[in-house]
Formats: sequence, structure tokens, C-alpha cells
Amino acid sequence: MSDTNTAGRAQSAPAIELKGISKAFGPVQANKDISLHVAKGAIHGIVGENGAGKSTLMSILYGFYKSDAGEIYINGDLTPIPDSQAAIKAGIGMVHQHFKLVENFTVLENVVLGAEDGAMLKPSLAKARDVLTTLAHEYELDVDPDAVIEDLSVGHQQRVEILKALYRQADILILDEPTGVLTPAEADHLFRILGNLKAEGKTIILITHKLREIMAITDSVSVMRRGEMTATKPTSQTNAQELAELMVGRQVLLQVDKKPASPGAALLRVENLSVRDELGVEKLRNVSFEVRAGEILGVAGVAGNGQSELLEIISGISPADSGKVLINGDAIDIGKTANPNMRRHRGIAHVPEDRHRMGLVMSNMAWENTFLGYQDDPAFEGSFGFMRRENIIEDAKQKIERFDIRPPNPRLKAENFSGGNQQKIVLAREIERNPDVLLVGQPTRGVDIGAIEFIHKQIVALRDAGKAILLVSVELDEILSLSDRVIVMFDGAVAGERDATKTNNKELGMLMAGMAGEAA
Amino acid sequence: MDLATILQLFDSSLRLATPLLFACLAGLFSERAGIFDIGLEGKILASAFAAGAFAAVTGSAMLGLCAGLVASIMMSLIHGLASITFQGNQIISGVAINFLASGLTALIGQNWFHQGGQTPPLSGSGRFQSLTWPLAEKLNSLPVIGPIYKELISGHNILVYVALLCVPVTWWVLFRTRFGLRLRAVGENPGAVDTAGISVTRLRYQAVIICGILCGLAGVYLSTAMAAGFGREMSAGRGFIALAALIFAKWKPVPALFTCLLFGFLEAVAIRYQSIDLGFGTVPVQFMQALPYILTVVILAGFVGKAIPPKAGGRPYVKER
Repeated sequence: MSDTNTAGRAQSAPAIELKGISKAFGPVQANKDISLHVAKGAIHGIVGENGAGKSTLMSILYGFYKSDAGEIYINGDLTPIPDSQAAIKAGIGMVHQHFKLVENFTVLENVVLGAEDGAMLKPSLAKARDVLTTLAHEYELDVDPDAVIEDLSVGHQQRVEILKALYRQADILILDEPTGVLTPAEADHLFRILGNLKAEGKTIILITHKLREIMAITDSVSVMRRGEMTATKPTSQTNAQELAELMVGRQVLLQVDKKPASPGAALLRVENLSVRDELGVEKLRNVSFEVRAGEILGVAGVAGNGQSELLEIISGISPADSGKVLINGDAIDIGKTANPNMRRHRGIAHVPEDRHRMGLVMSNMAWENTFLGYQDDPAFEGSFGFMRRENIIEDAKQKIERFDIRPPNPRLKAENFSGGNQQKIVLAREIERNPDVLLVGQPTRGVDIGAIEFIHKQIVALRDAGKAILLVSVELDEILSLSDRVIVMFDGAVAGERDATKTNNKELGMLMAGMAGEAA
Repeated sequence: MDLATILQLFDSSLRLATPLLFACLAGLFSERAGIFDIGLEGKILASAFAAGAFAAVTGSAMLGLCAGLVASIMMSLIHGLASITFQGNQIISGVAINFLASGLTALIGQNWFHQGGQTPPLSGSGRFQSLTWPLAEKLNSLPVIGPIYKELISGHNILVYVALLCVPVTWWVLFRTRFGLRLRAVGENPGAVDTAGISVTRLRYQAVIICGILCGLAGVYLSTAMAAGFGREMSAGRGFIALAALIFAKWKPVPALFTCLLFGFLEAVAIRYQSIDLGFGTVPVQFMQALPYILTVVILAGFVGKAIPPKAGGRPYVKER
């Protein structure tokens, strides 16, 4: 130990220290005077609602944005980070929420990109191959170096992102919502990898809004709210409830509060629905179920097991090959002539799974989005097909008020609302028509806790008003807390049906994994 | 059809394919970097004019070449400025380049030389002359090999050989160098390049400038090698045919060579067989002239299979929030 002095200093200095970071985008103050310490070798969680400023803060740390004010210290040294190159030099690596991978490149090419050793590729690729073998061994980060990215599962793609950072010798790793796209098994593997990295002395910052993950693997946690850092605590001295409160600034119900269902007659009935895609692959196989008035039927399943097709057929977006859909006992058209407009007249409303692609016109204003699909309502349509603009805006204002959409400005473009508020716009449009049947896909995907609670309440209220609700979600907790009955889809078929009060995560998980025998 | 005719046909295919090949590779560099370039045609035309004019005035083909390259690179930089720096629509910018080149060459040409937009005919050192390879005459007496060597391999101007050389060079740059890796990456996912700490803007400008140089060579070839002087609209849609060839070749350099040779061959056939007597009637000359274009449409519509362009092509890169 000849080097005790420097070693001692490096030990004591925090890996990351932020002082007074501020950043504004136009009039929006995304980060306000933020200070943060992260100890070396720790896993530090940052939680907050959508739009709280977590991603902005990390983008500043990674040199994607320049902060308006403030200083960054890495290992105790003042380190200006004007661009990503500087961040990489300072030993910071980032795994973005949406992967930054070139999809038709191999793993090796992606790892090497931007960290080549010379003008020729061959030696760089050979070196990377060696390094990847070592890293794979050290951290359980196995990926075939010659595989093309688009052929890899999401979990493996994420490993490539981590490998990219480690190949650049990152000591500090930032992960932005890493588990949002992973299966539970993949998430467990990721946490093992993070544990290995921590054991090697790497510092990890984990951005998430899943409180369970924070409690499970972090050493310390910071809460952000409206651009400010509201609290930083050791994880052992806090709990999920407290963090949730700090995030939204008030008490939230993590459990949905609802009365037992009193279901009536079947409003929506699906019989032997089957469909193949253009390649001839069976997407739905003989799916049958019914949803009764005053009942929420949850459709659980790993994404891609036919849930999307089911919603699209019932809502009239795409045709089925065979089977029947009955509303109030009357069969409706599910052939090629079906269209969503006819469905609306039959009292079916649809909150699509992907609000950006199917739920909203992102570049249109909020008021224009609040009556989409209902243009022919006499309240909205004047003579000669002109819009009754004033009526529509007035109606939009009421919806905004009732659904607490923020900011309460009907003339703001949809893309300028946060995820939760965008979802509220879609929900307001569909629920306010008082439909008999509501189809909801992923109602709270990418939505913050405050909005989740609100959306759940609205769905339950509609149920209590005697409507039938078909809820498709990949979030098992959401399915379990909202539904009265649950069906599980696997490989295009219904793998099982359970009473929501008499089942649990484990049993549904087995059905979702196609192990119906063991679940029974 | 005797050997001499076939050789002549192939010989002129090669000559006609050369400008297409330059332009096709030009488009390849640009589009692989994510910048769609519908303005190849305009760059070729601008370069052809500048080369023809300067070669006529100075009497030097090399000075003509320099002028052609400068003109084409200038056009490229306009496209770069519009589509990279100002994040404008790449198709609109490309169309504007085409109009700009068409108008400017006619206007400047008329004001300068007063010959209806043409430049004065070139001769001697004002043109790129054919190079006769060693032993061409001596070997000519050998059966088959002799004429092939003399007609097909020897006897072209330097630019034809440069174009052919550009194919392996392009392949090597694209797939064997760091620059090529980054270039391909920026056309597929500029976000990956940006987060790796590499400047997207700089890479795309480099690609656009290479595109300018190659288009420049195509134009220089037209007015100072294939023809002896510039004529109005002499690019005659070659920039668009090159784009078609690029799609046909699926943005790969070696297939680009063969596609350009095929299009060159079709053009050569059309020129040689102006009208073919089929016994019950003659095929009109117009049909033969239209044949390359008709075949282009047919080939593109039916025989290419799925051609997937670079994923980020046509979209300006904006950092996401």
C-alpha cells in the first residue's frame, strides 16, 4: 500500500456529485437546482413521475444536453461534460430506454462503433471479440458476438448496450427504465448482472418508476418531482409507500379500492374467434369468452400472444377469419367490411394499446383529439359538414376539467402533454361517450403513478355504472387489482380463466408461460 | 451476330455504363449515410457544364475536371446545408438542385458562349483521350482474345478505369474501415452514432461531399470524354436511372456495378438497333429508345425483391428529448 493517499481520497470521494444543476427547455424548467451524491460502488435509484426531470438530468450527465447552471464532479474532480465524448472519457456509460443500436449490424460492430482502435476495422473487431468473451464470463453477459441485433430478444439487446458501456471502460453506468421492456425472467437476469457489476466496484444509477425494483436492488434512492430533487435516502430507511407519496406529493392508493362486482347480462360475447396473419401464422385460435355488464374482464399474457389482434378485431380495425362477436346478443360484422365507426354506433369504445400510433394525432391540438371518431355527432357537426368549433372546444374544456388533464389548455398539441395526460385525453374521449362496452389496451403504459390511480378509478367507475370492460394489459399487478375475472392468453388461445380474487401472480405467471398443466 | 458486333456492343455498354456507375456510387455514399439524394441529376449536369466550359476555355481536360468537381461539390453542399444543417426535406432540396442546375447551366452557357447553351466543341487535350494498352495491336491477330483485349479492355479513357476501380474501393471503404462502419451506422440509426460520441453532422457532410465528387466525375465524363463539349440537358435522366440502379443493387457496390452494366447494355442495344425488322413489321425506333426505361420499370417492379433502404434515410437527425 504505497499509494494510500490517493487511494484514500478516491475511496472517500463520491463517484458522482452534482451541484446546483438547472436546465430549462423554453419556459419549462426541467431541472431546478439539483444536487446529488452517489457513493462509489453503490446502486442508486432515481424515481419520479413522467416528466419529473429524471431523464433530462441523466442526459445532462451523459453530455446529451448542456445544463444552464451547475457543476459535475466525477470521483471528486470537477468534470465539465459538454458532449457524450466527454462523458465516455469520464467513465460514464448509459443504457437508454430506447436502445441506441444499429439493428442490421452485428453485436461486435455495435460494440466497436465509436470506440475503434484505428482506421481499419479488422484489429478493432478482433480485440472486441476477446474483450466480450472476458466480459461475458465476468458478468453473465453472454451474447453471440456475431449475431445481428434485429435477431436478438430485447433482453439480449439490452446486454449489448451494457457491453457497449463496459467496452468503453465505464465505471459509472446509467440505466434508464431498463425493465420496461423485459420479461420477469429477463429482469431477474438483469438484476443479477447489476449485482455482479456492483461487486466489481462499478457505480450504477437506475432510473425507474417501478418501486418494487428500487426496494429490491438499490442501496440508496432519490425522488424527483417537478424538476426538483425532493429527497435522497438510504433504501433501508424507506419503503414503497413513502416513496410513492414523495413522488406525487400526496397519498396514493397502490391498491385499487373497489366494491365486489355485481355482473348482469353478457354485453360482449366472443365465440370461436380465429385469425391468421398475412404469413399464415395463427394469431388467434378459437378464442371464446364473454364480458357481462358491471364486470371487468382482464386479459393477461406476455405481449404478442394474440391480445393485440383480439382488440383490433373487436374494435373493427382488422377482420377475423372465422368466429363471431356479439354485442347485446346481436352478431356484428367482423369481416373485411367492418370498420371502427360502425362499432362506435353499437356502443363500443376503444382505448388502443398504442396511444401514439392509434389513439391520438400527436401533432394536433388537444381539442381536436377529444372528438376524433365522433365527428358526425350533431353536437359537433354543423351544416355542410363544417365543425362546430366553439362547441367542440367547450366540450374539450369540460373533459379536461373532469379528467384533470394538465396543463388545462385545449389548444396545446397532444405531443406536448406528458404520457399520463395524453392517456387521459384518449380516456376522456372514449369514456365520456358512455359506451356499453369499453375495450382498454395497456391503459397505464408509460403513465406516472398519479395518473395510474386516476385512470384505474375511472375504469372502475364505469364498471360500477353497469358497463362491460375488456382490459388488456401486460402488467399483471394491474390485471389483478382491476379485474373481476381474468383470462390468460398464450399463443393465440385462451390458456385459462380464473376468478381474480382467487388467483395470484404465480398461478397466472404459469399460465402466461404456457404451463397450464402445472397451474391447474 | 459476329464477334466484332458483340464486342462493339459490349464496348459501348461499358462506355455508357460509366457515368451511371459514378452516379450510382455517389448515391450509395449519400443514401448509406441517411441522406436521400434525388439531385444526382442536377449535380451531373452542373459538373458536365463546368467541365465542358473550362476545358473549352483553357484547353485542358484536367482543369475541366477540377471545375466539374468544384461545381458538383458546391451543389452537394447546398443539399447538405438544406438537409443536414437546416434539417429540411431531402426530396424537396434534391428537386430544387435539379431545377437549379438545369436553369443555371442554360443561362450561364448562353451568356458566356452564345451557342444556344452549348459549350464550344472540344478537341485534343481538351478531352480525355482513349488509352491504348501495351501490345494491343500486336495481340490483335490472336483469335478471340486479341480483339477482346483490344476492343474491350484497352482503348478506353482514364475515367472508365477510374469508375471500375471505384467499385472495389467503395466496397472496401464501406465494409473494412472505421469510416465505413460509422457511415453505415449513421444511415441506419444516427442516435447510436450520436450517443457513441461521434458527430452525426460531420459524418453526413463527409458523405455528401463524396457524393459530390463522384457525381462530378460522372458529369466530367459526359462532356469531356464521352462527348466533345456540353450540350443542354445532356445528363438526360442518367441521375434518375442511377437511382433506380441503386435500388436494384440494394445499396451494395458490387451489384451496383452489374446493374449499371445492364442499364448501359440496354442503352447500347437501343442505339445500335434503331429499328428491328421482325418480318411482319418493324419495331419503331422510339420503342427501342424507350426500352431501357421500360425495362427499368419492369425490373424495379418485378425482379428486385424487397429492397430495404437505410432505415434513417430521408429523415433529418434531431436529438430526442
